[in-house]
Amino acid sequence: MDAAATTTRDAFEPTEYHQAKSSQGEIIEIKDFNLWYGQAQALHDVNMTIEKGMVTALIGPSGCGKSTLLRCLNRMNDLIDNLKIKGRMTMDGMDIYAPGVDVIGLRKRMGMVFQKPNPFPKSIFENVVYPLRVDGVRDRRELEEACRRSLEAAALWDEVKERLEDNALGLSGGQQQRLCIARAIASDPDVLLMDEPCSALDPIATSRIEELIDELRGTYTIIIVTHNMQQAARISQNTAFMYLGRLIEYGQTEVMFTSPFQRRTQDYVTGRFG
Amino acid sequence: MTVIEPKGPEVPAKRPRRAHAAELSAFGEPFLWAHGGALAIGIVLIIGFLVLVLWNGIATFWPRPVAVVTLEDGSLVAGEPSRTEPFRPGPELLSSLSETQRQTVAAADGWAERRLYRIGNYDLYNEDFRWIADYAVARVDYPPEMVFVERLEWGPFVGMVQALAVGGETRTAASLRPGELQSELAKAQDRWQRIRHIERSLIGAVNHEMERERLAVRRAILDHGAGSPAALAAQAAAERRMKPLEERYQALAAEARAIKDADAAVTITLADVGGRDKTMPLSQVVRIYAANDLSLIEKLGVYVSRWWEFLSEEPREANTEGGVFPAIFGTFAMTLLMVIVVAPFGVITALYLREYAKQGRLVSIVRISVNNLAGVPSIVYGVFGLGFFAYILGGSIDDLFYPERLPSPTFGTGGLLWASLTLALLTVPVVIVATEEALAAVPRSMREGSLACGASKWQTIRNIVLPRAMPGILTGLILAMARGAGEVAPLMLVGVVKLAPELPIDGYFPYVHLERSFMHLGFHIYDVGFQSRNSEAGKPMVFVTTLLLIGLVAAMNATAIVIRNRLKRKFAVGHF
Ligand SMILES: Nc1ncnc2c1ncn2[C@@H]1O[C@H](COP(=O)(O)OP(=O)(O)OP(=O)(O)O)[C@@H](O)[C@H]1O
Ligand SMILES: [Mg+2]
Repeated sequence: MDAAATTTRDAFEPTEYHQAKSSQGEIIEIKDFNLWYGQAQALHDVNMTIEKGMVTALIGPSGCGKSTLLRCLNRMNDLIDNLKIKGRMTMDGMDIYAPGVDVIGLRKRMGMVFQKPNPFPKSIFENVVYPLRVDGVRDRRELEEACRRSLEAAALWDEVKERLEDNALGLSGGQQQRLCIARAIASDPDVLLMDEPCSALDPIATSRIEELIDELRGTYTIIIVTHNMQQAARISQNTAFMYLGRLIEYGQTEVMFTSPFQRRTQDYVTGRFG
Repeated sequence: MTVIEPKGPEVPAKRPRRAHAAELSAFGEPFLWAHGGALAIGIVLIIGFLVLVLWNGIATFWPRPVAVVTLEDGSLVAGEPSRTEPFRPGPELLSSLSETQRQTVAAADGWAERRLYRIGNYDLYNEDFRWIADYAVARVDYPPEMVFVERLEWGPFVGMVQALAVGGETRTAASLRPGELQSELAKAQDRWQRIRHIERSLIGAVNHEMERERLAVRRAILDHGAGSPAALAAQAAAERRMKPLEERYQALAAEARAIKDADAAVTITLADVGGRDKTMPLSQVVRIYAANDLSLIEKLGVYVSRWWEFLSEEPREANTEGGVFPAIFGTFAMTLLMVIVVAPFGVITALYLREYAKQGRLVSIVRISVNNLAGVPSIVYGVFGLGFFAYILGGSIDDLFYPERLPSPTFGTGGLLWASLTLALLTVPVVIVATEEALAAVPRSMREGSLACGASKWQTIRNIVLPRAMPGILTGLILAMARGAGEVAPLMLVGVVKLAPELPIDGYFPYVHLERSFMHLGFHIYDVGFQSRNSEAGKPMVFVTTLLLIGLVAAMNATAIVIRNRLKRKFAVGHF
C-alpha cells in the first residue's frame, strides 16, 4: 500500500548536502507498524527510517496520528489502556517493544517535548534538572551547569536567571514550553521528540527554537511534529506526510515541498486541504 | 406560535421553535428557591446549634448573683437563680396552698411559674437545686454578705462567712481584714498542693520503684522457677533495694502528715441562710467570692480563673466539677496517634489501588467494599477493636512481654493504642477515597512529563504525583480527624474511662504509655450529662465540654487546612 513511501527515496537523487548528512546512518526503523486504540485503528502499516543526526518533520492534518506515532517511539503510549500494537520499531537495532526492554533507559535516550506545556509544580531549577535528579545526580555544580546550559539553549535563560527558585507554574505559556524544551535536553539525550513545540510560542521565541533545532542537528536526532509548513521546510531535512493514520509520503524535505509524488501531499503542503 | 416561512425554495424550512415558555424547567427560579431554601435551612440549623453551644458554654463560668428568697411562710432560701418554667400545680398541691395563692393560680387558668435555684449545700440539704413557685415568694433580696463557695467536696456552699480559725485564733467575719480571707485561702491551697505533690508524685515514684522490684522478682521466678538460685538472688537483691525505698516512703508520709496537721488547724466556718453552720478546713475551699458584691473586674477574675481551672485541672465530684485537662489531653493524643496510623496506611492503600493494581473487576469490588466500610456502625468497630486488638493482639503481647504482671492485663485490655487503631480502621475509608480522588485528579500530562524524563514509576509517584495530590490527601485526613475526634461509641469499648488516674504520657520510663486507658471529651460529655448523680449540675459542663471539643476539632482542622492551602498555592496556575 505504501509503495509511494518506499519508492519516493529512490526516485530522487539526494543532494550532496543530504548525502553528507545522511552518512551517519539510520537510528530508528519502523516496520509495518499498526496501532489500535481499543477498536479504532490509529496507525496503518507505517514504514519509515529515521536518519541519525537529522531533523525529521511529521506533517499532516489534525488527528492523522502524528502524536500517536511519536509517542510510540518512547513508549509513552504504555500508559493507555486497551492499546494494541503490531509491527516493529527498533532503535540502533534494539527492538523497542521487545519484552523485557529497559523502557526507562530508552526514555532517557529520548527527550520529549509535549504538545501542551507540562511543567511540574516545582521551582524552575528543579524542573530543568529533573531528568538529572531521577538519574541520581547530586552534585550541585553539575546540576547548575546543566540548568544554565539547557535554559540558554532553550532561549529562556535571560528571562528566568533571576528567579530560578520561583514556581514554574508562574511562567507564561510560552515560557513554560521553552522550559519543557530545556528539561528535555537537560540530560543530553540522543533523540529529541517534539510534538508541536512552537504552537504556544510567539514568532521570536519560535525562531529562537528553530535556531536551537538547527544547532542541535547533528548531535541529536530530532523528530518534530508541526502544523507549520514553512517551519517544516525551514528546519527539517526529511519530511513525512501522514493522512488518516497512514504514511502517505516520506522523503527529503526539498522534494516533498517542491515536487512530491503524491497528489495529496501536494494539496496539503500547498494548503489546498487539511 | 407563528413561524415565518422563509422565502425561496432552496432555503430549507426552519424547525418550528418549541413554545418552551410554558415549561417549568425553562425557568431557573423554582429550583433556585428550592436550592436556596435547602441551604438556608442547613445554615439556620448549624448556626442555631453553634449559638446554643457557644452561648451556654461561654456563659457557664460567669459568676451569678445569689438571691435570698423569703417565702410566704417566712422561711428563707438562698441560691443562684437559673431558668424558669410554667407548671400546673396538682390538686394535692393546690389544697395545701393558702386562699390567696389558690386564687392567683386560678386566675392564670391553673398555671403557675416556678424558678430553679441552685441552693448548693448538698451536705446540709441533700439536694443541689430547688424549684420555687412564684406564688410562694414574698420577697427576693440580694444581700452583699452572701458568698458562693466552691469546695473540693459536696459541691458549692451558698451562705455567709462566720469565722476563720487560724491556729487556735478565731476571727469573726466582721473582724477579718479585707483580703485576709483570700490570702489565707491562697496559703491553704498551697499547702494542699504540697500534700498532693508528695502523695502523688513523690510517693507515686516510690511506689513505682517498689512495683518494679516486685515485678523483677516475679519475672525471675517465672523464668527460672521458684526456689532456683537465680530467683533467690533476685529476691535478695530486691529486698536490699526495697529497704531504702521503704524508708523514703516513711519519710515522705511523715512529711505529708505534718503538713496535713498544720492544714487542719486552719478552718473556716460558714453558715447558710437558715443559720446552720458548717466548719471545714480552709484547704477544702477552691474559690470563695461575695456573689452580690463583685465589681466587673472581680467577676472577670472569677470567670477567667474558672476557665483556667477547667482547662488545666483534673475533674472532681464525679466529673461534674473541676477541669477536663486529662480529657483534652486524651482526645488530642488519641486523634494524633490515629492520624499517624491512618495517614500512611490509607495513602499506601490508595496508591496501590489507583496506581499499581490492574483496574478491573477485583479492584472495583475492593473499592466498593472500602466505600461501604464507611457505613458500618461505629460500635461494630469498637467490638472488633476489643476482640481483635485488645484481647488477641494485646493478650499475645502480654503473654510474650509482660508475663510477670498477669493476671492483670497490660496491653490485653482497652487502651490508648487500641483506641487509636480502632479509630484508624474506622476512618481509613475516608482517607482512601479522598486519596484516590486526589491521585486521579493529577493530570496525565504531568505523569507523562516525568516518565518521559526517564523517571521510574515510583520516582514519578514520589516526586510528582504525591506532592501534587497532597492537598487532596490532607482534605481526607481532615475529614478523618474530624470524624475520629468526635467518635465516642467504639471508644467506650476500647479504652476510654470515666476517670483515668494517670495520663498516657508521664515522667516514668518509657514515658509514653500507650497501653493506658484515657479520658476523652466526647465520652466526658456523655458521662457528665447522663451518668452523673446530679444531671442539673452537670448540664453547664456538658455545654462547656462540647464547646471545647468543637474548638479542639476546629483547631486541629484549621492547622491542617492552613497546611493544605499553603500547598495548594504552590500548584495554583499562574497563567490562563
Ligand atoms: N488515548 C486515546 N484513546 C483513543 N483514541 C485516541 C487517543 N489518542 C488519540 N486517539 C485518536 O487517534 C487518532 C490520532 O490521534 P493523534 O493525537 O495522534 O493525532 P495528531 O495527528 O497528533 O493530531 P493533532 O495534530 O491534532 O495533534 C485520532 O483520531 C484520535 O482521536
Ligand atoms: Mg498531536
